[in-house]
Amino acid sequence: MQLEAKNIGFRYDNGPWLFQNTNLTVEPGEIVGLTGPSGRGKTTLCRILSGYEKPLEGNVTIGGLPISSKGVHPVQLVFQHPEKAVNPRWKMEKVLSEGGKLDEELFDLLGIEQEWLTRWPNELSGGELQRFCVARALGPSTRFLIADEMTTMLDAITQAQIWQAVLEMATKREMGIIVVSHEAKLVGRLCDRVVKF
Amino acid sequence: MIPSLKVRNKEESRFFLNRRQRKFITSILSAILLVTVVVVGVLLDEERIATNLITRNLAPSLDHPFGTDWLGRDMFARTIMGLSLSVGVGLIGAIGSTSIALILGMAAATMGKVADRLISWLIDLFLSVPHLVTLILIAFTFGGGFKGIVIGLMLTHWPSLARVIRAEVMQIRSAEYVQISRQMGKSKWWIAVHHILPHLTPQILIGFMLMFPHVILHESAVTFIGLGLSPHEPAIGIILSESMKYLSAGMWWLAFFPGLCLLLIVQAFDRIGENFRLLMDPTKSND
Repeated sequence: MQLEAKNIGFRYDNGPWLFQNTNLTVEPGEIVGLTGPSGRGKTTLCRILSGYEKPLEGNVTIGGLPISSKGVHPVQLVFQHPEKAVNPRWKMEKVLSEGGKLDEELFDLLGIEQEWLTRWPNELSGGELQRFCVARALGPSTRFLIADEMTTMLDAITQAQIWQAVLEMATKREMGIIVVSHEAKLVGRLCDRVVKF
Repeated sequence: MIPSLKVRNKEESRFFLNRRQRKFITSILSAILLVTVVVVGVLLDEERIATNLITRNLAPSLDHPFGTDWLGRDMFARTIMGLSLSVGVGLIGAIGSTSIALILGMAAATMGKVADRLISWLIDLFLSVPHLVTLILIAFTFGGGFKGIVIGLMLTHWPSLARVIRAEVMQIRSAEYVQISRQMGKSKWWIAVHHILPHLTPQILIGFMLMFPHVILHESAVTFIGLGLSPHEPAIGIILSESMKYLSAGMWWLAFFPGLCLLLIVQAFDRIGENFRLLMDPTKSND
């Protein structure tokens, strides 16, 4: 069940090609780093892999089959800004339950406290919100996780805690991870393989 | 401890209520006031406003708290009945208009380019003609009277609110949390109800609150030129326009009390809307 992007090409409207003939393969359980200067299309590639955009050329497959657009997408993306990624008019319980039933274990791993569940998003800090976003993306049907600058805006301790939790879940469920980051140390520590973009 | 920072103890304050509870209670009281006026106005006997030429032009007294007019009709009863009728017309008109605005605004923003162009054109069309003109046309087509004017009010007051809702929906539709929701396999309908609608509530409430007095005033304007309610019906617009003629004769009570009551009603209405909005706003949840 590998995630495979074959000959992907994309551009916005009639602009210049952002990238063409891009290939990327991620095995289950593998952690791949994606680095490169700003504006090269790392985020766009992530959005294509997780189904937010359709590639103009090429295709994305899981285990050789195209991904169905119905139901929960097996590739989940975690964004950089958690405060934009949760609905400000929802309580945190509802935010979490959006992706289906979650393991209780996940809450402990990520350090989500029961008390936070009845709060509004504006009553939590950025780090606390990001834990919720990660938990939401780690639903039961997620096969691959894409972390697009997931912990860039967090302090070192929170970063470490979140990654610890994600890695544990990944090994347990044989989940593939793509890490997008500018931080060479983080990528070096986490990833089995690094792709320069 | 800094003395000026001393927080007021619960024991010290006379009422053990926080701001949310107080807002809730004022809303309920205002709602009760509105409902009472409407119900009492409907239940009041027509006899109370019968012409009685012996008691003409009386100043306010205990028998006639708001005085009597040039035909000897009790102004208190007329005012209450007028308010009841006006609030009824205003409510039906504003609710109808708000629903039309909500449906068309949502449709324009979510149902593709053709629908958007069509609805935007319709909004522009209605906005390019003064409300009053379309209102008169529609009320006239439906034969005037209560039915004509209510349908006319409903069909003319939606465009500006529809435009606000359309813009708001377009903005929320592209928000990250909506995109995520789509990747979580949620249907369009589910997203509309759970993500978009809660964000529209403040817009809808404010639009509705602003529309209500507007609707009442337009109702009285159309009535004034004789295409709306018939003159013997005690609508507040009719009362006010009639009493204008008698103001210069020193009969101030004819316009003063009905006008004051209208103000109170609109105020009560506004208070309910504002409190309701604050009670639902997450950023104000700890006030």
